Amino acid sequence: MPAPIRLRELIRTIRTARTQAEEREMIQKECAAIRSSFREEDNTYRCRNVAKLLYMHMLGYPAHFGQLECLKLIASQKFTDKRIGYLGAMLLLDERQDVHLLMTNCIKNDLNHSTQYVQGLALCTLGCMGSSEMCRDLAGEVEKLLKTSNSYLRKKAALCAVHVIRKVPELMEMFLPATKNLLSEKNHGVLHTSVVLLTEMCERSPDMLAHFRKLVPQLVRILKNLIMSGYSPEHDVSGISDPFLQVRILRLLRILGKSDDDSSEAMNDILAQVATNTETSKNVGNAILYETVLTIMDIKSESGLRVLAINILGRFLLNNDKNIRYVALTSLLKTVQTDHNAVQRHRSTIVDCLKDLDVSIKRRAMELSFALVNGNNIRGMMKELLYFLDSCDPEFKADCASGVFLAAEKYAPSKRWHIDTIMRVLTTAGSYVRDDSVPNLIQLITNSVEMHAYTVQRLYKALLDDISQQPLVQVASWCIGEYGDLLVSGQCEEEEPIQVTEDEVLDVLEGLLVSNLSTPVTRGYALTAIMKLSTRFSSVNRIKKVVSIYGSSIDVELQQRAVEYNALFKKYDHMRPALLERMPIMEKTATNGPTEIVQTNGETEPSAVEPKHPPPVTQPANQANDLLDLLGGNDVVPVIQTTMPTKPASAGGELLDLLGDLSLSGIPPMTAYNKNGLKIDFTFERANPNPNIAVITIHASNSTEAEMTDFVFQAAVPKTFQLQLLSPSSNVVPALNQGTVTQVIRVLNPQKVSLSMLTYTHKGSPVQDLAEVNNFPPQSWQ
Amino acid sequence: MQFMLLFSRQGKLRLQKWYVPLSDKERKKISRDLVQTILARKPKMCSFLEWRDLKIVYKRYASLYFCCAVEDQDNELITLEIIHRYVELLDKYFGSVCELDIIFNFEKAYFILDEFLLGGEAQETSKKNVLKAIEQADLLQEVSQTPKIFT
Repeated sequence: MPAPIRLRELIRTIRTARTQAEEREMIQKECAAIRSSFREEDNTYRCRNVAKLLYMHMLGYPAHFGQLECLKLIASQKFTDKRIGYLGAMLLLDERQDVHLLMTNCIKNDLNHSTQYVQGLALCTLGCMGSSEMCRDLAGEVEKLLKTSNSYLRKKAALCAVHVIRKVPELMEMFLPATKNLLSEKNHGVLHTSVVLLTEMCERSPDMLAHFRKLVPQLVRILKNLIMSGYSPEHDVSGISDPFLQVRILRLLRILGKSDDDSSEAMNDILAQVATNTETSKNVGNAILYETVLTIMDIKSESGLRVLAINILGRFLLNNDKNIRYVALTSLLKTVQTDHNAVQRHRSTIVDCLKDLDVSIKRRAMELSFALVNGNNIRGMMKELLYFLDSCDPEFKADCASGVFLAAEKYAPSKRWHIDTIMRVLTTAGSYVRDDSVPNLIQLITNSVEMHAYTVQRLYKALLDDISQQPLVQVASWCIGEYGDLLVSGQCEEEEPIQVTEDEVLDVLEGLLVSNLSTPVTRGYALTAIMKLSTRFSSVNRIKKVVSIYGSSIDVELQQRAVEYNALFKKYDHMRPALLERMPIMEKTATNGPTEIVQTNGETEPSAVEPKHPPPVTQPANQANDLLDLLGGNDVVPVIQTTMPTKPASAGGELLDLLGDLSLSGIPPMTAYNKNGLKIDFTFERANPNPNIAVITIHASNSTEAEMTDFVFQAAVPKTFQLQLLSPSSNVVPALNQGTVTQVIRVLNPQKVSLSMLTYTHKGSPVQDLAEVNNFPPQSWQ
Repeated sequence: MQFMLLFSRQGKLRLQKWYVPLSDKERKKISRDLVQTILARKPKMCSFLEWRDLKIVYKRYASLYFCCAVEDQDNELITLEIIHRYVELLDKYFGSVCELDIIFNFEKAYFILDEFLLGGEAQETSKKNVLKAIEQADLLQEVSQTPKIFT
């Protein structure tokens, strides 16, 4: 059989192939030749064949049939064979296959070979791809070589030991004795690899860390020598002596100095020296500075040093080299929490980085900018961030929008500014905001009571421009449904009111319903909004028509809503106004922090927690029916009890405290009922925005020895005015005045006469009483 | 360092050194995806990027991209120096190295890399020492091959 073609020859031939198919053909032909050569156990040319196989493997072709051949090469006595064999092993063998274990014995022998270059090959292969089993078997040999005086082998053994420790951490102990005098070596290669080994050990074991702390002075000395020594051609890189070693020493110092005062103090001087004396014109100097900064920030350094470090980062930010800027932003992000003020000084440079062309730099700058926003710089920062939101790539928009919302919530200087900012985000990045931001925004808008007209107007205008961004559309339709009356009445204080007719508004909302751009959720919002407008607009017939059309919609959600709204029109028309009236101010939910009772305009109106999704307007009709039955016969307007989830008992306590502190509206409280130990007091406030509504809170207390359970308070009022009863804090009035049950009633124009019915269970027997409350203070209905 | 890849502007792999255990299939996938990502980057962009959960450092020298995946705690700037040192070593060895040298002498490129890095870390910081070791090893190879069989 003719000699197999040479490697270079093969490479040349394959490169002449003009198509993929041609190349494949050549490769297949050669592989076949190589396979038969392997079968013949040809020792002479094995090396050449494996080399060719490795080339073909690099091109992407399968070469697994060469694995065993690599092992045979490793076992050979010829250096050439070993060289290619070990290379092949590293490229073709996988530690997950048992085949690789066959190498173990060869490596063991080669670790003890008389030629250092063979030993080197073995150490290299073991340190690169040794599996845990191999490492366990050969750790002893590595440890032996770690103690040799041959620096060529010693440095390789050190890195091999690192690999062994990574694979089999329990073996770390065994290398400890050999580390004793590693740092006294003069050879830089050994020094470098020793520092790497020490670093690995310290990172993995707190005991080792404590043990090696005593090396700090020695490390400091070595570093000092590197900096102070004159030019050494062998290790020089652009005027700096062995930057690789310097960086590794700095990193080890960082680990040793962390949370340790003494060590940190011992390295203070050298860090300051490196920080001030290192040449910054080339990348290599900056690499050392970077590592120094990281070390300074991590150890217990004195404040002067920390400021020095942050200033270095500040200078990095101004560097032309974008790699340096990137690294600076990354480091600043890590330190912004701990050294906030120092980082603030570089705020304007950081904000400039938002305009950088590089994606990674932009992302870092954005994260850092958000971290730096505070009450003082919110306006300026937000301007920059909104500008960034306009022009950034889609991958950033969601995060940026969320960040803007969070920052605005925390630091908004005024409500108008807050609403404007939200509007800006919705209109520029409306399709990227997160789903949960819609309910959050709605809650925010309801809280800014005096901005309602302005908000709805701006949202309406935005809708006219663009209905594709769903979150924007959802928030807008909700607001229009809620505040549509303000929109058509043309009353807006903040800006020029626009002239809009009811029909135009309904046109827009109907447009949303039919548009292909609207998602089902958006359609739900739109339909509900239209329904709400039936109590705010006069064109009720049009609304009736729209609602009835959707009673046969394919979308089940829409259909259900439409059917219920239809029922509202037909059978429960009298309930419609109360049902669809203005939402009370919503309380913030726990996800954003502690529950707060939102205080706006001095009013604290306790309200129940609103569920997050489209506000429930449809009340189950049955409940209203029950009430009607109970009070049926009387010429009264039935009470609509809004079904909202009852608050936990603790919240009742908060309510009491808050209300106890307030005496805002100047209406004195009164005792409405006092019989059989049950006392009911009324306290009053005026509602906002409608001052005609009095908010009465009833406080029921029980002075008897037994508690009153199943306590229900119901009120009925003459037809002339309306009443809304919210959920009580509890159904049990504790005995002996130990606590009270509170319940809020919203009444329009309370007058002299009012009827209330009480039912409760006391000592096992039910009690029912009807009382007339007619001693309302005069101020309450004026 | 987790791995180092050398590839041309057309995306052809010229050298791949893996310091973490991965199957051939996984290696192929990573190489392919990473090469695409880097080739898509514009010339003025920064040399660092986050890719999957890795930190990538890359630099282009003439028609070859040198790309390393490093750990979180690794210093990116010094990694650039490591890449540069490797290029210098190749340059000294081949005498004004170009892509073709690495194509036709890929095994030598690996040998040089293995004298410079071990297990992903630098084992020798002196250029002179690395080249001396290679020289000696090459000599040993010459001597061991009689007659000349390899290449």
